[in-house]
Amino acid sequence: MPLNYIFPEFEVVRNADQCVACRACERQCANEVHHYSEEYGRMIADNSKCVDCQRCVTICPTHALKIVKSDNTFRENGNWSAQTIKEIYRQADSGGALLSSMGNPQNYPVYWDKILINASQVTNPSIDPLREPMETRVFLGKKPSTITRDENGELVTKRPPRLELSVPIMFSAMSYGSISYNAHASLARAAKELGIYYNTGEGGLHEDFYCYGPNTIVQVASGRFGVHKDYLNAGAGIEIKIGQGAKPGIGGHLPGKKVNEDVSHTRMIPMGSDAISPAPHHDIYSIEDLRQLIYSLKEATAYQKPVIVKIAAVHNVAAIASGIARSGADIIAIDGYRGGTGAAPTRIRDNVGIPIELALAAVDARLREEGIRNEVSIVVGGSIRSSADVVKAIALGADACYIASSALMALGCHLCRSCQEGKCNWGIATQRPDLVKRLNPNVGSKRLVNLITAWRHEIMEMMGGMGINSIEVLKGNRMMLRGIGLNEKELEILGIKHAGE
Amino acid sequence: MKRIYVNEDWCLGCHLCEYYCTFANSGLESMAYALKGKPLSPRIQVEEEGEIHFAVSCRHCDNPVCVKSCITGALSVEDNVIHCDTNKCVGCYTCIMACPYGCIMPATSGVIQKCELCTNNAHQKPLCVQGCPNEAIVFEER
Amino acid sequence: MNYVIIGNSAAAIGCVEALRSSDPAGIITLISSEPHHTYSRPLISYLLQGKTDEERMKYRPDDFYQTNHVCAKLGCTVTKIDAKNQKVMTDSGETIAYSKLLIATGSRPFVPPMEGLETVKKQFHFMTLDDAKALEKALGPDQKVLIVGAGLIGLKCAEGILHRVQSVHVVDLADRILPSILDAEAAPRVQKHLEEAGVSFTLGASVKKFKANEAHLTNGEKVPFDIVVLAVGVRPNVELAKEAGCAVGRGIVVDENSKTTVANIYAAGDCTETVNAATGKTQVMALLPNAYLQGEAAGRAMTGGRDGFSTAIPENAIGFFGLHLITAGNYEGEADLVEDTETCYKKLFVKDGRLVGYMLIGDVHRAGIYTDLIRKKTPLASLDYDMLRKEPQLLAFSRTARDAMLAKSH
Repeated sequence: MPLNYIFPEFEVVRNADQCVACRACERQCANEVHHYSEEYGRMIADNSKCVDCQRCVTICPTHALKIVKSDNTFRENGNWSAQTIKEIYRQADSGGALLSSMGNPQNYPVYWDKILINASQVTNPSIDPLREPMETRVFLGKKPSTITRDENGELVTKRPPRLELSVPIMFSAMSYGSISYNAHASLARAAKELGIYYNTGEGGLHEDFYCYGPNTIVQVASGRFGVHKDYLNAGAGIEIKIGQGAKPGIGGHLPGKKVNEDVSHTRMIPMGSDAISPAPHHDIYSIEDLRQLIYSLKEATAYQKPVIVKIAAVHNVAAIASGIARSGADIIAIDGYRGGTGAAPTRIRDNVGIPIELALAAVDARLREEGIRNEVSIVVGGSIRSSADVVKAIALGADACYIASSALMALGCHLCRSCQEGKCNWGIATQRPDLVKRLNPNVGSKRLVNLITAWRHEIMEMMGGMGINSIEVLKGNRMMLRGIGLNEKELEILGIKHAGE
Repeated sequence: MKRIYVNEDWCLGCHLCEYYCTFANSGLESMAYALKGKPLSPRIQVEEEGEIHFAVSCRHCDNPVCVKSCITGALSVEDNVIHCDTNKCVGCYTCIMACPYGCIMPATSGVIQKCELCTNNAHQKPLCVQGCPNEAIVFEER
Repeated sequence: MNYVIIGNSAAAIGCVEALRSSDPAGIITLISSEPHHTYSRPLISYLLQGKTDEERMKYRPDDFYQTNHVCAKLGCTVTKIDAKNQKVMTDSGETIAYSKLLIATGSRPFVPPMEGLETVKKQFHFMTLDDAKALEKALGPDQKVLIVGAGLIGLKCAEGILHRVQSVHVVDLADRILPSILDAEAAPRVQKHLEEAGVSFTLGASVKKFKANEAHLTNGEKVPFDIVVLAVGVRPNVELAKEAGCAVGRGIVVDENSKTTVANIYAAGDCTETVNAATGKTQVMALLPNAYLQGEAAGRAMTGGRDGFSTAIPENAIGFFGLHLITAGNYEGEADLVEDTETCYKKLFVKDGRLVGYMLIGDVHRAGIYTDLIRKKTPLASLDYDMLRKEPQLLAFSRTARDAMLAKSH
């Protein structure tokens, strides 16, 4: 057997005093790390298979397990990190491009953590959300800048189509295929209960979920999987996916082994075939082409549905957004480089794109400068991790946020970043029936509702502290933000002052 | 009344309910101490084959044939819970013969044991329900 | 309403509990010749064995009569039923009127003629608490006991007293032990277990005569003894019912609501004959669970209920020296010997696509699933018989049937 250069990354540590050999870890590990040895009369583990998904740790009834990072070390080297060395070994073994999942984990700056929020003291009163009304509802879509009257002098009240959100948060696109039926069921049920939206991603809409249509955004991506007239009309809005933060410049890729009968039916592709979305939309090479697609979709849905255009945050995002705002789109969604994925080439995930904070600030500023900010709403995603991130994003100019990684964590995801293996022990990023079953939507939807409800409370607390009683007043209110530890250029792009100023 | 119900759609066959049950009725405070190296003697049992799994425990029937069949009067209904007075039980197993769901089992002590919804131990609420990782076992009114 | 119940065991108690669940106000008078609080007769062997005591043998708590407002006349015997005037007469000269009457008089030991029996000083029956207490007084480490009858009563008696006497020898005319519940293949397994425990047997022979302290058997064998326990069989106590005009076969004739052929008179328990649901034939099934359920059906019927008890089958759960056996139904149709190992014997009987009987020795885990199939006459085609025969389990049922069992209240 050729030598395997890669030492197991994790160690399974079992407290022998606590372990009762119930074998729950064994039954629950799709990676087959644990097994019971009749010979030794105890549980043993194969560390090399462990991805540190924490399923066994969580399910162990006596808390006998923990997973630790192996402290096996290569000789220290400031230039060659252990991760880099291992990747070289892996590629030398396989000859293939490295695949990863979830968001960019590299140690780049997180601007959310370098921005602080204001609070009222003395000169303007703060508001107690427990005692006074507080509006977290927002509407997404075009906002008419003028009042128009008809020939009889009556007000024209017909407005462009829009989305109403009880709180400025939506579940962003994750396709059926990349995540499981039960994950979708959880998201759909939670979105309905919360009065927000979830997003089909590019995998089509399972027929069981048409009933959640009023809380669904249906996506049209470059592969056009699962797109048909009923699909377009089933949702409350339509999203054209141009790009995604985790892998700007390339299309989605669902391996054939995840394309089971149900997925195949929903995507309208043969069973077992790889679902490879082209990098570009082959009918879009300009803003004018994009406009054509937008109006085709509007035509197909009788101008009843707002159209979102989703792009990855890349270098010239402000100019691109300006073009989109002029193309007829109702909403622009921007996905930062920390955005998650079910599978992406590692190099792209870790090296392409820009932080959402900077992209958002740049786009909002540009659209205002050009006087077209009311033509579109801005939705941002790509690692919104808490209610504080939501508040900061809105103050930077967003109308609402997209969350996905946090939503998956609410469902049990422990960010083991092995989605591409299709063996998700939490029943999320898998199509294996025995694993999908592990995510009971009764539990999942409840946890999602809890998460967003908690965030909503926190958002109201923070708004109240600032003396603000509605999201609309917070929106683009960059005076409420201060930077910390940021340089002049960063502050300039973010359009905020430094703390102390 | 509230009873235990199982939904096999969500049962993962992890068998944790059996361990929680054994622990709940061990009278011990530490699960490890209650279970380590000891035979498992749960009052709930998982049936499984292939991808089908589900747990079975006393249904606490309104018309309990076990109670009516009991030759000693050890089985009785108290506040809708079918209770076994192990002091009276002689281990004749007539109830095992009678229960249509197979939910009464011999105890290691020689008499019988059955689910009493944890009303007879320190946990008060069924521990199998609390320990089920996927809400496949629920304790509710139906 | 005036309810009168003759008897104080399972059928009588079943009747009281059913009456009280729908008629809290009616007057219930319970008359029993035995002076004891209701107790479980099958426990007398456990009493001698030391596994229970008189206190724990009580079938219901001490306050049972009080909480159920039952006027219990214990140690009082009904001498006559006047069906025309709806009255019963007792040996104390009392006359008690009834609107509804339950006869739950049980059964008594049957003793075939045996020469010289009258010369045996220490002879006992083994049915009642008083029988057991009398026998207990005679027991001693130097005593040799001869039990006539290798049925349930005789063998439970043997188990109960073995450790307290010098020897126990059992004689039965049948060629095997427990002839009413085990077949020729299964019986020797249980016999072997009893022999290993120390009980000895003479089968296929009966006592021709008793001479001094020796029993002369029909096969020529001579068995010395100090004590004789007569456990040959029982006969239903039907005389009161017969005199009252009730139709009587081998037991009192009743329908599924436990009604006799005489208006306002019901009968339940060991004194009756009922339809065996497994065969459709009428027979006496002197079994405690059936007695309770019949008594309960009578109680329901007396208060206007109609859901009688029509699923009576022969069924026995019994253990000897740690070996458990459960049998139910009838041994007709096709015998399916599923397991015959050192520790377990299992035979199922299938007729017309239905389970009609079973014998389990050793592993009796979840036997009730089989019992229910017999009672409900479930067609085996509706489930996975191959799975079920190996082990009683709900997996063998369809998903719909399973959901009905586990996801609904019962």
